[in-house]
Formats: sequence, structure tokens, C-alpha cells
Amino acid sequence: MPTTYEPIATTTLGSSAASITFSSIPATYTDLKVILTPISTGVSDYNLFYQFNNDTSTNYSRTRLSGNGTTAVSGRGTSLTYGLITYSKGFNPIPSLFSLDIFSYAGSTYKTQLSSSSVDMNGSGEVSRMVLLWRSTSAITSILFYTDASNNFATGTTATLYGIKNA
Amino acid sequence: MPSTYTLISSNVLSSTAASVTFSAIPSTYTDLVVRLSLRDTGAGLDGLYWLTFNGSGGTAYSNTFLYGYGTGTGSGRAANQAGIYDLYGLDGSTATANTYASSEIYIPSYTVAQNKPISQFGVPETNAASFSNGMGITAGLWRNTAAITSLTIQSSITSFASTSSFYLYGIKNS
Repeated sequence: MPTTYEPIATTTLGSSAASITFSSIPATYTDLKVILTPISTGVSDYNLFYQFNNDTSTNYSRTRLSGNGTTAVSGRGTSLTYGLITYSKGFNPIPSLFSLDIFSYAGSTYKTQLSSSSVDMNGSGEVSRMVLLWRSTSAITSILFYTDASNNFATGTTATLYGIKNA
Repeated sequence: MPSTYTLISSNVLSSTAASVTFSAIPSTYTDLVVRLSLRDTGAGLDGLYWLTFNGSGGTAYSNTFLYGYGTGTGSGRAANQAGIYDLYGLDGSTATANTYASSEIYIPSYTVAQNKPISQFGVPETNAASFSNGMGITAGLWRNTAAITSLTIQSSITSFASTSSFYLYGIKNS
């Protein structure tokens, strides 16, 4: 049986960092999946952004469904300069769980993603799912994850990039 | 190339069970995934199930969840609980025959000495006009730094029905 779910790269931070980058992503898979368990160096909730291929143009958009423990809401953002995994309740000093599925990342069509955000802090938190679009026909060769200017990823933050083959 | 998504253990029930435990989970993986197909013997269209780790109760669990039942949506949470409650994806005995709700639990970094977040998604689809609970997405937290060596899934209705299935996978990041 072929191996269809393979780790491409993984990072566990030994010291705090402002960003995490996966580069030189091979084009030999069908889809990509990123698992992130970020920890913040700050005390608040922080956003978790990403960009493909260092693209800072307004090529990103999203539609989200989220629940904050009280209310379920849906919304969208268009012509953004980044992808966003979390919404109102981001990551914090307690490890949270985020995943990002990137479909047909090496193809020549626009790139669809599905993000999952799972944040619970024993009395507050948020769950959300977003579908996102990067309007580029380029193959994805790098992914940059970064956070708010006032925050860094703390020691112990883990990020793993997996490749999934359909054959 | 290493095999990174490996079946650790499975349990397809041959008789009813109020709970199912995976024990002696090896520490050789990075993350765990549990995939479930569940039906209950108790009355109701659908219900919820619970998750605990290492046989631990106490008040170290919490969750935040989002749900939809076809005609509406909502969100809720629970803090300082004895388990991660409100996990959606359990058909009741009055649901359409031969239907089993599907769900998945993702547990990252289960051996790392930090608090343990989880993600869960569950859905009962029975070709029915209504649900009791519906589909849901849950973020859970176990405030414990111990490595997870066992996990227990418990029905909130009565007992898991025969043929309910429980699969535990390990994922390696290298």
C-alpha cells in the first residue's frame, strides 16, 4: 500500500519566534495539511495569519462559521492581504489547535483552503471553520505563519506540514 | 518513507457498551485521531458523548461548541467539568434504522507536558426532518500536563449499540 499521508516538515520552537515558515514545498503531493498548536508569548488572544509564496497582495478571501460559547455567527472578508485561521478568539498562552487543509496546491487554478480553529480556555474560547480562497494560479511553494505585531510564538509551539497523495 | 497515519487499535462492538476505553496507548506518535461511528440503544433521535483521559475525572475539562440542527444554530460552553462533554455525533434508537453518526476527534501533542487541546466534529444524518441535537464542532481542553495513555468514550444516553465502531490512529510528524 502506498504511503499517502507523509510529514514534509515540522517545527517545535526551542525559543520564541515572530513567524514560522515552510519553504521549498515539493509539488509531488495532491493536498497539504498543516497542524498547528501555537502558544503565545503574550497574555491576550492573538490572530494567526498566513501568506502563500510571500504574496502580500489583496488575493485572499474567506467565509467563516464560528461560535464563541454564546452565539453562532457567520461572516466573510474579501480582498484581504492574508489568510486568517482564527477569528475573534485567537491563540493564547494555553495551547490551542488549528488545522489548515490546502487543496490542489500545485495546480494552476485558484487555491481553496479549509481552516479549523479549536480554542477553549475553561470558560472562554471559540470554535470556527472557514473556507478560504487564494486567487493565484501559482503552485504553493512556501507558507508563512505569523501573528500580531505585539506577540510572538512561544517556546513549545509546534507546526507540522503534511503532504497527502491521491495515488 | 515512514508510515505516519497508523491504526493503533479498533473496537467494533459485538454487544452494547456504556463506554469504550483505549488503554496502553503507546507514546511513539505525535498526534492521535479517533474516528467513530456511533448509535445508542437509548431513546432519542440523537445525542452526545463524553471523553475523558487517563481515567481522570475531577474538574480539569472544559469545552466550547458550535452546533446546527437544520433549522437553527447555536453555541455554548462548559467549564470545570469531569470530562469533555457536548461531543456531537451519536444516533439514538429512534433514529432511522441502520444509521450511525460519524465523528472525528483530533488530539495533538498527546505526550507533551502541556495542557491538552482537542478538536472534534460530529454529525448524525438520518434523513429525518428534525434532530434532538444535530451536528456540532467542539473545542475541548484537558488542563493536565501528563501524557495521555488511555482515553474513554462514554455515551450520554444509555449504551453504544452493537456495530458501533471505534478506531484510534496515531500520526507521526517525522
